[in-house]
Amino acid sequence: MSSRLATGGRRIDRSKRLSFSFNGTKLTGFEGDTLASALLANGQDLVGRSFKYHRPRGIVAAGAEEPNALVALGQGDRMEPNQRATITELFDGLSARSQNHWPSLQFDIGAINARLSRFLPAGFYYKTFMQPRAAWKHLFEPVIRKSAGLGPAPTQGDPDRYEYFYAHTDVLVAGGGIAGLAAARAAAEAGARVLLVEQDSRFGGRSATDGVVIDGTDAEAWVAEQVAALSAMPNVDLRLRTMAAGVYDHGYVTLYERAGDRDPGAAPVRHRLWRVRAGRTVTATGAIERPISFAGNDRPGVMLASAVRDYIDLYAVSPGDRTVVVTATDDGYRTALAVRDAGLDVPAVLDTRPDPKGPLVDAVRARGIRVEAGRGIAKVRGTRRVTGVDICAQAGEGAVIEHVPCECVAMAGGWSPVVHLWSHCGGKLLWDETAHHFRPDPDRPPTGADGQGFAVTAGTASGPMDTGAALADAVEAGHRAAKALGHDKGAPRIPQADGTADGPPAAVWMMPHGAGPELRGKAFLDFQNDVKVSDVQLAAQEGYQSVEHTKRYTTLGMATDQGKLSNINGLAILSDSLGAPIPEVGTTTFRPPYTPISLGAVAGEARGSLFKPVRRTPIHDWHADAGAVWEPVGDWRRPYCYPKDEESHRDAVNREITATRSGVGLLDASTLGKIIVSGPDAAAFLDLTYTNMMSSLKVGRCRYGLMCTENGFLFDDGVVVRLSEDSFLCHTTSGGSDRVHAWMEEWLQTEWWDLKVWTSNVTEQFGQIAIVGPKARSVLERLGGMDLSAEALPFMAMAEGTLGGIGVRIFRISFSGELSYEIAVPAGRARALWDMLLAEGAADGITPYGTEALHVMRAEKGYIMIGDETDGTVIPQDLNLGWAVSKKKSDFIGKRAMERSALTDPDRKQLVGLETEDPALVLPDGAHAVSGQTNRFGQQETLGHVTSTYWSPTLNRSIAMALVSGGSRRMGETLDFSLEDGRIAKARVVDPVFLDKDGERQNV
Amino acid sequence: MSEAVTALAGATYEGAVTVADGGLTGMVQLRADLADAAVATAVKAATGADLPDRRRISAAKEQRLLWMSPDELLILTDHGAAPDLVKRLSTELTGQHALVLDLSDARSRIRLSGQGVREVLAKGAPVDLAPGRFEPGEVRRTRIGQIAAAFWLLSETEAEVICFRSVAPFLFDWLSTAARPGSLPGHFR
Repeated sequence: MSSRLATGGRRIDRSKRLSFSFNGTKLTGFEGDTLASALLANGQDLVGRSFKYHRPRGIVAAGAEEPNALVALGQGDRMEPNQRATITELFDGLSARSQNHWPSLQFDIGAINARLSRFLPAGFYYKTFMQPRAAWKHLFEPVIRKSAGLGPAPTQGDPDRYEYFYAHTDVLVAGGGIAGLAAARAAAEAGARVLLVEQDSRFGGRSATDGVVIDGTDAEAWVAEQVAALSAMPNVDLRLRTMAAGVYDHGYVTLYERAGDRDPGAAPVRHRLWRVRAGRTVTATGAIERPISFAGNDRPGVMLASAVRDYIDLYAVSPGDRTVVVTATDDGYRTALAVRDAGLDVPAVLDTRPDPKGPLVDAVRARGIRVEAGRGIAKVRGTRRVTGVDICAQAGEGAVIEHVPCECVAMAGGWSPVVHLWSHCGGKLLWDETAHHFRPDPDRPPTGADGQGFAVTAGTASGPMDTGAALADAVEAGHRAAKALGHDKGAPRIPQADGTADGPPAAVWMMPHGAGPELRGKAFLDFQNDVKVSDVQLAAQEGYQSVEHTKRYTTLGMATDQGKLSNINGLAILSDSLGAPIPEVGTTTFRPPYTPISLGAVAGEARGSLFKPVRRTPIHDWHADAGAVWEPVGDWRRPYCYPKDEESHRDAVNREITATRSGVGLLDASTLGKIIVSGPDAAAFLDLTYTNMMSSLKVGRCRYGLMCTENGFLFDDGVVVRLSEDSFLCHTTSGGSDRVHAWMEEWLQTEWWDLKVWTSNVTEQFGQIAIVGPKARSVLERLGGMDLSAEALPFMAMAEGTLGGIGVRIFRISFSGELSYEIAVPAGRARALWDMLLAEGAADGITPYGTEALHVMRAEKGYIMIGDETDGTVIPQDLNLGWAVSKKKSDFIGKRAMERSALTDPDRKQLVGLETEDPALVLPDGAHAVSGQTNRFGQQETLGHVTSTYWSPTLNRSIAMALVSGGSRRMGETLDFSLEDGRIAKARVVDPVFLDKDGERQNV
Repeated sequence: MSEAVTALAGATYEGAVTVADGGLTGMVQLRADLADAAVATAVKAATGADLPDRRRISAAKEQRLLWMSPDELLILTDHGAAPDLVKRLSTELTGQHALVLDLSDARSRIRLSGQGVREVLAKGAPVDLAPGRFEPGEVRRTRIGQIAAAFWLLSETEAEVICFRSVAPFLFDWLSTAARPGSLPGHFR
């Protein structure tokens, strides 16, 4: 069992005891512990069950590469699944639960899957659950989902805050080990702005644990000196707990800062997503140790050799009294020494190499530790944890030479550079025949817009695993990155490391080399997804050649650790099975993020009331106070209606309409788009952008205009006002002002740049209030200031003046068919004018109305609504608006398209009015008119569909508009409309102008 | 006669940085070819200020001229002074192809003050806000979060932001959230 050692622990502060719980059991640890080290210190080396076979799993690693120790962290609304215990800093009150077990971690029913493992091979799902089809949904999937999978998704809203931060830097250094620090210093001293980020809570990486000595001082002191020097430089920012997550085009890098994880509930920011533009990115991301594939290598107690050293040195955690080291490298001997230095036993070092030698080997032998050359592990003994290993010859098939009891197995399979960031944006890799790993190819970096590489690797991330070479590489990388950006103060000094380089590692992809099916079927490659050597070999036998296909077939490397431990070993097994060299098989694609990042960080500030912008009119607060029901229109919020007391929405709408048509209503029309088009060629420009003639409009007059796309389809409409000879005010739809303004600018800037025209979107400058109804004029006249008589301000005219002391522009236009004035007022005074109108109109029962009353009243008059009667395929002629399409103009946008045969087809759908046979029945919006015939697919043949449909309180019946094939020829016909419940509603085709066809109501 | 009101009605938030309604502001838009010497002459005559260089601000008396694009200026002045400024500019630009508009009510101005103004802005704007890279006298048209905005520094501890009036309450809330105590990353030094 693992336990806490009496002394030591570089990171822990024994004076600060922290309490935490695991699966409900209260445990204690120390300040500086990770959750993983604290669990091990408490003897908790079984931390979860595996994905597929529910095998007991323990902690394998001490860093971000950990595949097994995933826990559900926190409780209630702060519960988060799949958190890595190895990178979770312990804090007082931490609560964690293990995942993927039922009913308990110690006794798990799903473990029966392991007994069935020979029936659950690679591609098992694809092979087994094909037939019968129905069984997949109702039987197989639910069962699999119950037995496989990791942590449960949280069920409550996340109460924490997340945010973005944008930063720009010359040189971004990813990784704060000795290489990152050396690279940062070289770049910073050259004069570049430097941002260095380290995912861990400390700088220095493995250097102190591995006993590195630089410039004659031990690594911890050297690191402290570098950090102090860098911190003092104004051009440097060093950040801990911040991981470079992804590298993208144009030097864009995302960083994931875990700012508040140790302080849940109290931290002002939990995670911060940095969005960085870096001139150069230096990846000083270090290396990850490879596990070794032998039978039972997934048993709790089998760990990476480097992790064993980390737990002993950093956290004073003994992984067990007796540790067998199995190694293909000199580096494994460091672990043997560290274990022995901690006063623990190393029964044997099993070195796969036939003739291990060198200073580290000598040092181990000198300590009296037994070194067995050419040996490996045939099998790990023990079920819930390691109890011993069977030793065999690495070259053989696994005949057991000896059984060695132990509690821990430290595996040292060699080191692979962390190439993820280099690869995210296209950096290429080389296979190193000596070190048996892929390393970045410096000649094929990810390239930026200038064709130059924008990433540089530094230290062991470049390939060299000995400290001296890594430091030299890192300094050079930092210098080169700065120099590429024009910062150079000469070649920097390279710190000198003591000691000699390790000897070459052996390539051990299978242990023992000739392992038979029995052993291969228990030798795990991907611990998290339960992929074994035998699975990859089976995939190759079944014809899988592409590494990407094999990955998906076997699920190798597809778990949340993205194959950080399994990748190289899996490739090597595949390559061996295919008889192809490893570089030819290649690697799978490295994709961001490096390790999973929280969805909260991705969402940033955009949550709750900040999720999406809301646009408010200057009268918004009045509407809110009046209890308006809101309707989103674009990003605007407009009152849909103003229900009184217990009034239903429909009753409110009917009341608003009746009050307006019989007296006077008030509408906040501020959201209408308003664009000034000005200049000597303004009239010519509008003749080109509207379908109708605008150049003939007289100053002070208004004209309804249509805008079409170049394909002839109607996309916006509104009233155009000629303010002066060379200046127009173009009204657009509420949602359309930005689009129409951009449309005008695009045509001006790209096609008609010779026209002298300026445009300005003045939508937000003005509030706009429509006062509508037979009593509208008298209310305005009582306010005073302008002559609003029919003679002074006739229909479709504009007047400027003051109303109740406020400067306004009044347009006598109508979207309701009533006497109507739209009053434009500077936004800062819109509310004041609104209040004055309400007060003045009170005697007449002035009634504010919302968008629904607006819609009904325009439909009663047969006026179209962009977005209801149009859908991007409708031309003005379809809507009986041919009168607004000029026949005289030589050109306008859409003119040529309108001459295409498809747009002149008399059978096109055309706008008609509908009156249901049952006047009480309001047709559903979008209901289809059906002919009773079926088409060649056996579907009902449709003639058209309802575009607008309302109850008209004015006519005391339902009304609707529809687009119907050949509609104008069908006047008087009765059409069948299918309803959702299968019934048919009959409606008569009528003129879409239901009310006051002669316009007498507004002509007063 | 009623007084004009701002969209933020004098709101203030005190956090790591103070976020406050900047109050009524005269804002006059000029659209004209800023490379045209005659335009520069007219603007100088009307305002007393030279045209600002690209992404910069020039100033004279109570007026600040913000470069918005190669053919657009936004001139800030007292709210009551805007109509006269429109008249002066229009007069000076007579006969030239230019558009002058009083847009004092179209946008809102928000003031930020405190040590962290650069960092509050950098939470939402993809702009290099580091000292030396963005200084008083410069203006950026960009976005803050999801809101189109422009901003400039008045000093190391004061900034001003303008955005369209309809989204001013949203941006005010956004900036207040970004400015809450303890939330600044401490990146700029």
